Amino acid sequence: MMALVFILSGCEPLLVFDSKGPQAARQANDILLSIGIMAVIVIVVMVILAYILFKYRASKLPDDYEPPHIEGNKWVELVCVGIPILIVAYLSFVSVKSNYIVESTPEGYENQEPLVVYASSSDWKWHFSYPEEDIETVNYLYIPTDRPIEFKLYAYGPISSFWIPQLGGQKYAMSDMVTTLHLAADEAGEYMGRNANFSGKGFAEHSFNVTAMSQADFDDWVEEVHETAEPLTEDQFEKLLEPGHLGQMTFTGTHLEFSPAPEHAHDSMSEEEMEDMEDMENMEHMDHSGH
Amino acid sequence: MHIDHSKPLEYSTQQNQLNILGFWIFLGAEIMLFATLFTAYFTLSARTGSGPTPAEIFEITPVLIETFVLLTSSFTIGLGIHAMRLGRKNAMMTFFGITLLLGLCFLGTEIIEFMTYYHEGATYQTSAFTAALMTTLGTHGGHVTLGLFWGTFIILQVKKRGITPETANKSFIFSLYWHFLDVVWIFIFSFIYLKGMM
Amino acid sequence: MEFLERFAIPHPSPAIYASMVAIALVSIGIVAGLTYFKKWGYLWREWLTTVDHKKIGIMYLVSALLMLFRGGADAIMMRAQLSAPDMKLLDAQHYNEIFTTHGVVMIIFMAMPFIFAFMNLIVPLQIGARDVAFPRLNALSFWLFFAGAMLFNISFVIGGSPDAGWTSYFPLAGNDFSESVGTNYYMLAIQISGIGSLMTGINMCTTILKMRAPGMTLMKMPMFTWSAFIANVIIVFAFPVLTVALLMGTTDRLFATNFFTTSNGGMDMLWANFFWIWGHPEVYILILPAFGLYSEIIATFSKRNLYGYTSMVASMVLISLLSFLVWTHHFFTMGQGALTNSIFSITTMAIAVPTGVKIFNWLFTMWKGKIRFTTPMLYSVAFIPLFTIGGVTGVMLAMSAADYQYHNTMFLVAHFHNTIIPGVVFAMLAGLTYYWPKFFGFMLNEKIGKVTFWLLTVGFVLAFFPMYITGLDGQARRMYTYSEATGFGALNMLSFVGAALMAIGFVTIVYNVYYSFKNSSRDIGSDPWDARSLEWATHTPVPEYNFARTPQISSSETFWDSKKNGHVLFKGEIEEIHMPNNSGVPFVMGIIFFIAGFSFIFGLWVPAVIALIGIFVCMAMRSFEKDHGRHISVKEIKETEEKLGGAK
Repeated sequence: MMALVFILSGCEPLLVFDSKGPQAARQANDILLSIGIMAVIVIVVMVILAYILFKYRASKLPDDYEPPHIEGNKWVELVCVGIPILIVAYLSFVSVKSNYIVESTPEGYENQEPLVVYASSSDWKWHFSYPEEDIETVNYLYIPTDRPIEFKLYAYGPISSFWIPQLGGQKYAMSDMVTTLHLAADEAGEYMGRNANFSGKGFAEHSFNVTAMSQADFDDWVEEVHETAEPLTEDQFEKLLEPGHLGQMTFTGTHLEFSPAPEHAHDSMSEEEMEDMEDMENMEHMDHSGH
Repeated sequence: MHIDHSKPLEYSTQQNQLNILGFWIFLGAEIMLFATLFTAYFTLSARTGSGPTPAEIFEITPVLIETFVLLTSSFTIGLGIHAMRLGRKNAMMTFFGITLLLGLCFLGTEIIEFMTYYHEGATYQTSAFTAALMTTLGTHGGHVTLGLFWGTFIILQVKKRGITPETANKSFIFSLYWHFLDVVWIFIFSFIYLKGMM
Repeated sequence: MEFLERFAIPHPSPAIYASMVAIALVSIGIVAGLTYFKKWGYLWREWLTTVDHKKIGIMYLVSALLMLFRGGADAIMMRAQLSAPDMKLLDAQHYNEIFTTHGVVMIIFMAMPFIFAFMNLIVPLQIGARDVAFPRLNALSFWLFFAGAMLFNISFVIGGSPDAGWTSYFPLAGNDFSESVGTNYYMLAIQISGIGSLMTGINMCTTILKMRAPGMTLMKMPMFTWSAFIANVIIVFAFPVLTVALLMGTTDRLFATNFFTTSNGGMDMLWANFFWIWGHPEVYILILPAFGLYSEIIATFSKRNLYGYTSMVASMVLISLLSFLVWTHHFFTMGQGALTNSIFSITTMAIAVPTGVKIFNWLFTMWKGKIRFTTPMLYSVAFIPLFTIGGVTGVMLAMSAADYQYHNTMFLVAHFHNTIIPGVVFAMLAGLTYYWPKFFGFMLNEKIGKVTFWLLTVGFVLAFFPMYITGLDGQARRMYTYSEATGFGALNMLSFVGAALMAIGFVTIVYNVYYSFKNSSRDIGSDPWDARSLEWATHTPVPEYNFARTPQISSSETFWDSKKNGHVLFKGEIEEIHMPNNSGVPFVMGIIFFIAGFSFIFGLWVPAVIALIGIFVCMAMRSFEKDHGRHISVKEIKETEEKLGGAK
């Protein structure tokens, strides 16, 4: 299976099968499993069809052959209903299990404290805010390997979709709520990330670079940012939000103080976060209008 | 046109039966229309932005008037159809006329209700809640308005042509429409107004 | 001058200017031609005012074919732009307008009229009726579709096309991010056409329920009529949701309401939900009549009865019910959580079961048959494996955790084209070829038909299968370009070659019509395919009243019974037939709706209100109308029957 895909794509694994993290691995596994089962179904149908077309084509049958009237056969139909039901039941079981896996901290990473990154999109760039490290980047993401990452996604403007194929699936970033995406990187390396949801003229270029490195290297980088980068001011951030494309930028501080995330949806965060949010809400009037 | 005298007049020809079935199916579509409006309302009713909440603007008096008037008008149109079945043209037109008059009262009260909302700062543009509220109430009110015109046309036709298979069919279908609007109002009354005022 | 500025195109290009000229020239040409050949009266009497289901069907057919070329032109431009990295054929704005119009045109203005064409042409004949339940309403349905289609099609030369995708998600489709009138066109043109569709839903359901020939119980209806019935039930329940959604989108854009905005409580996700609550049933509206056509064609060309009639019906009923329970699978990634996604995963995968039953039933229909490889049969035979592949990729997409990787990539684009093209488009072309002789009196050329088939099938596979791979390699959909470093180039070039083959294939259809019109024999009788169902028991051409005498029904294959088992189809005396009169009101209402739509789009409130009043005036006129149709005398019927080849 993988060999076929290798050949067709020119000998490099397709990004979705080139898993560099546990979530992507689980998804790739589901995909390959479903390709296998579905291939069997397709082949069965094709074989039956080929056989029937060959055997019953009019040119090879006697002129006076009168086909029989066949209403149906309940055993045949039982098989034709029963086997698909079994397949669907099995895939449903696998799928439901995967659903819960991708919505929680990756397996094996539960005892670690997640790195929280707020990833917000504006037309047509990505802003990555690290509240605990108190730094912010534009259009590039550095993350440590072997540590769960909790991405808090939202948008200033149209709905976008945060996607790093090699680490896992995507999730929508919207302006009136925050969604959470749980990812982790097993290997150090550079990965492709992009917005997968059409958002207008600059959509095709709405991508970002991801670099995964060891926790030690990551900590060094955070320190370096604090030493060299300028703080992000509210005015600057307003300018960044204007529609257009930007290169990669780095700041100390995050925009979350003066432009907090629209976090009031109860099912997207923990109790503690909710309390924090409510404190912040009491402190200042929340600005919900997307820019 | 073959008339089947064993059936009530409004069902007595093939085309009559087609019209009635077709209208029931249309009502099925209307149910989906209002169901969608209600879904939007339930989803958006708490999203009041910086505008007023339901409890802040709903008042029981106009709502009770509207409900009483509309429910009574359903009763009077029922009497009208009954008169039609008895072949009593004048009684039928009178009851239809009262029905439409009550409908007009309903509409008048609703217009005043909307004007009050407007003056209280709940306009069509204020919030998602007001948009959903006014679109739902407005769609219902628009249907009532259409009904007033349609009902008037039917009374005029009955006046001129009498109770025939054709006019009976139209009148019956109109009564189905009017009852439907009443049922929708009961949902509006219960799930929008009452729920919002609690 | 400032008033006229609002009609200017926001992003003109040479192609658009050329189109403006072409549209103007063609319009002038049509008017000049009609005047020169003195055909205005003919046009008005025979087509613009007709309430005959057969003529209405033909008008839908012609419209669908024209729109197929419009949508196809969009497609070939898109494929050309993406055939190599960093192509400069189309800039982002134009690409966005083109894929948006491609989607709307193909689904709303090509596929829908195509299925309505067949429903109109075939259903009354298959049930032994003289017309549909509401012929005037039927005409109105067509003219509303036509008004919506015309409105949508002028967007790219007046005011600008919509550019937010055929799904038109908010807030992208709102005033903040879509500033041109393009999305207004979207909201209003689809709304007008949708009202026509809803009317057809009511019309067809009533017709099928109450106008079947005596003896035709529901379980003796031909399978195409069953499929049409269920599709129309779905229309009745799905389209009102779209009506409300479009209304809200319209008021958000024109009257500053806050349904889908990002402030004042607006909820952009609500649009996505409403759109897909309609959108998913919509694709089943399209595929079920296609399934019905395949059932008729496979049975005819296998010379066998359809296998598993009961389970075919049951599966379509189940599909229609399930179709309303799966909409969230279009946005698994919208953050609703594992429980909701799990429920919709399961309901989505469940639809595969009844669909699979149908595939097997078609296979078993061919079993022990006598298979003739005519053009319609070729499409049907190709449909089976290709649609199966498309369907199983649907099961794959239904696994929502995996969908987090597939969503909004070319994998998804491949899946839905893989179901729609072999599913709907091939069925429409097969149906076109199959029913052509009944309505036009000559056969389409088989050789050219086979060339078309192979070009389309090979072209389709080359165009769309590579997309499964590029999607898994990170190519998102709706991207107007990609860089060389992504490595998407080779497979996209392959797609372009496939698309070019398909384009050639579609052109051969036009050539086939022309060639066959000139060369095909007109002496083909009324049953050239040796078919099985009642629509073939009519004369060719089908007389206005369809059947001189209402047919006697024996089984679901009454016509076959009459040919092989001695069943007598037509008994008794010919009687006077009552037919509805033509009417110009539906056409006029179509024009008024067009004016209303155009006025709302451009904020011209006075004409908009006047047009709305005009619509209600037409309805009032209808209420007071005393037209009871006319009667065709027994003498006239007998003369017509003699002329067409003997009383039936």
